[in-house]
Amino acid sequence: MDFGLSEDQVLLKETIRRYLGSECPTTRVRAIMESESGHDAALWQGLADLGVPGLAIPTPHGGAGLELLDLALAAEELGRACTPGPFLGCAMASAALLASEDSDAKARWLPAVASGRAIVTVALGEEGGVWDAAALTTRARDGRLTGRKLLVPAAAVADAILVAAQDGDGPGLWLVERGAPGLEVAALRGTDMTRRVAAVTLGDAPGVVVAGGRRAIDRARDAGLVLLAADAYGGARRCLDMTVEYALTREQFGQPIGGFQGVKHQLADLATELEPALSLWWYAAHAYDHIPERLERHAALAKAHLTDLYDRAARVATELHGGIGFTWEYDLHLWFRRAVFDRAFLGDAELHRLRAADLAGW
Amino acid sequence: MNLAYSAEYERFRTEVRRFLGEHWNEAPSGAADSIADLTGAHVRTDARATAFRLLAIERGYLYRHVPRRYGGSEQPGDPLKSTIIAEEFRRARAPFEIMGQGPSMLVPTLLEHGTEAQKERFIRDTLLGTIRWCQGYSEPGAGSDLASLRTRAVLDDGHWVVNGQKIWTSNAREAEWMFALVRTEPEKAKHDGISYLLIEMNTPGIDVRPLRQMTGDADFNEVFLENARVPADNIVGRRGQGWVVSRSTLKHERALIGGAHLTRRTFDGLVMLAQAVERGGRPVIQDPVIRNRLAELEARLVAAEYHGYRLLTLSARGNDHGLGGMVTKLYSTTLGYDIAKLAMDVVGDRGLLAPGEPNAPAMGMFGLAYMWSLGVLIAGGAANIQRNIIAERGLGLPRDARK
Repeated sequence: MDFGLSEDQVLLKETIRRYLGSECPTTRVRAIMESESGHDAALWQGLADLGVPGLAIPTPHGGAGLELLDLALAAEELGRACTPGPFLGCAMASAALLASEDSDAKARWLPAVASGRAIVTVALGEEGGVWDAAALTTRARDGRLTGRKLLVPAAAVADAILVAAQDGDGPGLWLVERGAPGLEVAALRGTDMTRRVAAVTLGDAPGVVVAGGRRAIDRARDAGLVLLAADAYGGARRCLDMTVEYALTREQFGQPIGGFQGVKHQLADLATELEPALSLWWYAAHAYDHIPERLERHAALAKAHLTDLYDRAARVATELHGGIGFTWEYDLHLWFRRAVFDRAFLGDAELHRLRAADLAGW
Repeated sequence: MNLAYSAEYERFRTEVRRFLGEHWNEAPSGAADSIADLTGAHVRTDARATAFRLLAIERGYLYRHVPRRYGGSEQPGDPLKSTIIAEEFRRARAPFEIMGQGPSMLVPTLLEHGTEAQKERFIRDTLLGTIRWCQGYSEPGAGSDLASLRTRAVLDDGHWVVNGQKIWTSNAREAEWMFALVRTEPEKAKHDGISYLLIEMNTPGIDVRPLRQMTGDADFNEVFLENARVPADNIVGRRGQGWVVSRSTLKHERALIGGAHLTRRTFDGLVMLAQAVERGGRPVIQDPVIRNRLAELEARLVAAEYHGYRLLTLSARGNDHGLGGMVTKLYSTTLGYDIAKLAMDVVGDRGLLAPGEPNAPAMGMFGLAYMWSLGVLIAGGAANIQRNIIAERGLGLPRDARK
C-alpha cells in the first residue's frame, strides 16, 4: 500500500519545473500568446526532448512507457507554469491511438508525437455542448467525413487530427491529415490564450479510420479529463503560492497584509480545499491504468471538482492582490484565463457531475 | 503508487482475521450505528470485552505504542499494520482500543511526563476502560485562548486546593478522574503559570452540572471546584510546566483512514435517503439538482479518503504530514456539514420535524447530524483557530498579535 509518488516521479516533476522555470517565464508565455500562431516550436521541442509528450507512450512506440499519472504530473507542472502549447491535444491523441488496433497508424504517429516531430490532436466537441461519442453528428461514409467540430485544441498547428464521427456502425475515430481537401481550420479567439482552439469544418474530407467503436474516444476523453484536473491543480497551487508571497510583502496599514485574519483565513480555506483535492486526481490518474472500472466516474469527479477549485483559487488570488491583480501587466490573469479553459473544455462541471451520478447508478 | 498491500501485509491481515474469527465470534448487532459510533457510545467494557482486549494486547494488536509494563503491546511503529488492525476489528465489530480522552490524550502525556508511580497506577486501567477520564481544560473565559484560564490551585499542607470552573466537559458525570490545567503561579506570565493536575472526581468540593446543548441532550457538563483538595503528587510534570505537558503529541500512529470511513457511511446513508424519499411522485435522487450536489460531495469525500491514504503513506515513509495534516479537521467538518445540509434539503419540508419523531424520514436523525455538524466544527479547536494554524504554520503567514 503506497499512495505517494516514487522518487522517479518526484524527479520528473522537478526536472520539468526547472526547465519551465528557465525556459518558460511569463515573459515568454506572453510573447507566445500574443504571437499569431500561439505556438512556439522551440519550446515544444524542448519539452519533447525532455520526453514530456511521450511519457505514457510505450517504449516500442518511442515513448518512456510510463503511465497516465506520470503524464498528469507533467500536466500539473505545465499548468503551474501556464505553459502554452499543444500538450493536451497530443496527449489525448496518443491516448486514442493507444486504444486503437491500427498498428500502421500507431507506428506512424506515436513515435512522431513522442519525439515532437508531429503534432496530432483530437476533434471531439460539437455544437450544443456535445462531448459524448453517442451524440456526434459528424458523419463518415466510405472514408469521407462531413461535419463541424468545435473547440479543437491546437488544430491550426496539427499535422493530423483524429476526428470523432459516426458511420453506419456507430462512433469511431478517423485520421485527417493537414491539407486534406475539404478540411477547413478556422482559429477561434479563446479567453485562455495559451491553448488555442479552432473550429474544424469537414466537407467530404478524406479520413482513414483508426478506431471503431467508442472506446478510443472514451480513452481520449478520460485522459483529457484527468490532465485538465492536474493542470487545474498546478495552476490553483500557483495562484495560492503567488498570493501567499504577495501577502508577505505587500504592506498596508503599516504591516504585511498577510497578517490580517481576513486575508489569512481566505488563504487557509483555499489551502484546505486544495490539499486533499490532490489525492482525487492522483487516484483518477492511477485508475486510468490500474482500475479501469472506476476510471470514468472518478475522472469525471476529478475534472469537475479540480476545475471548480481552480476558478475559486484564481478569483481569491486576484481579489487578494487588489488593483494590481486586475491589471494586464500583472500575470495573474494568465492563470485566471487558463482556469476558464479547464472548466469549460470537454464539458463543464455540472455535465460531469451528472455523468458521475449516472455512472454511480443513483 | 500501489493500492494493494504487499504479501507480507496480506499475511498479517489473514493472521488478524484468524485471531478475530477464533476469539470474537459474536453476531454483529445491527443496532450500533453512526451516531453511536460517532460518540463512542458503543464502546464495550464488560468482562467479556475486557478479556478479549487483554488477549488482543497480548497478540500485539492494540495499544502498540504503549510499553508492555504499562499494559500496552509495545510493537514497532508500523502505520500499515495499525490500519489493517483497525479495518479488521471494525469489520468484525470487535472491541477496539477504548475511545476517549483518557487513552488518546492522558496516556501519551503520562508516558512522556508522568512519574513511574503515575504510569503504573493509571495507564493500564485507562487502556482497559476501568478508569474513565474527562478533560478539564476550557473555562467560561478561556476557550480559544485557553492559556488565559483562571482556575487556581494553591499548595496547602501536602494538597493542592483547587477553586474555579471548567466547562464543555464531556463525560464528567461518568468519569472517575479528570486531567486538568490549573493556574499555580499567578505571578508568572500566562503560559508559564499553569500546572497539569490529576483530580479524582469524587473529591469533596466538586460539583458536576449537565450542560444542555442545542440538540436538547446534555453531552457536556460544567464542573465547579470549590476548595477541592488534591494530593500534591497528583501533578504531572513540574509546577508551571503544565502548558508544555499538555502539548504532548500523540505518539501512537493513528489509523488515518478512520475519519473518512465514518463520513463515507453518512454519505451512503444520504444516498439511500434520497432514493427513499419521494417528491412529486418520484424519488428525490432523480432530481438533477440533487444529483449534481451529491456528485459534488462525493468528489470531496473521495478526496478525503485518498488524502488519508496519502498521509498514511507519508507516515509509512517516515515523513511529516505538513500542511496535509493541518487541514484535515477543517476539511472533514465542513464536508460533514454539507452532507447533513443536503440531507435536510432531500427531506424537504419534513426536515422541520424533530430528531426522534417517528413520522420524520429516518426518524429525523439527519436533523441531529445537522446540529452536531456545528458541534464538531467548534469542539477541539474552532474553525477559525484551525484557519490560523493552517495560515501560520502551514503557509508561513505572520502570527496574529496575541497578548
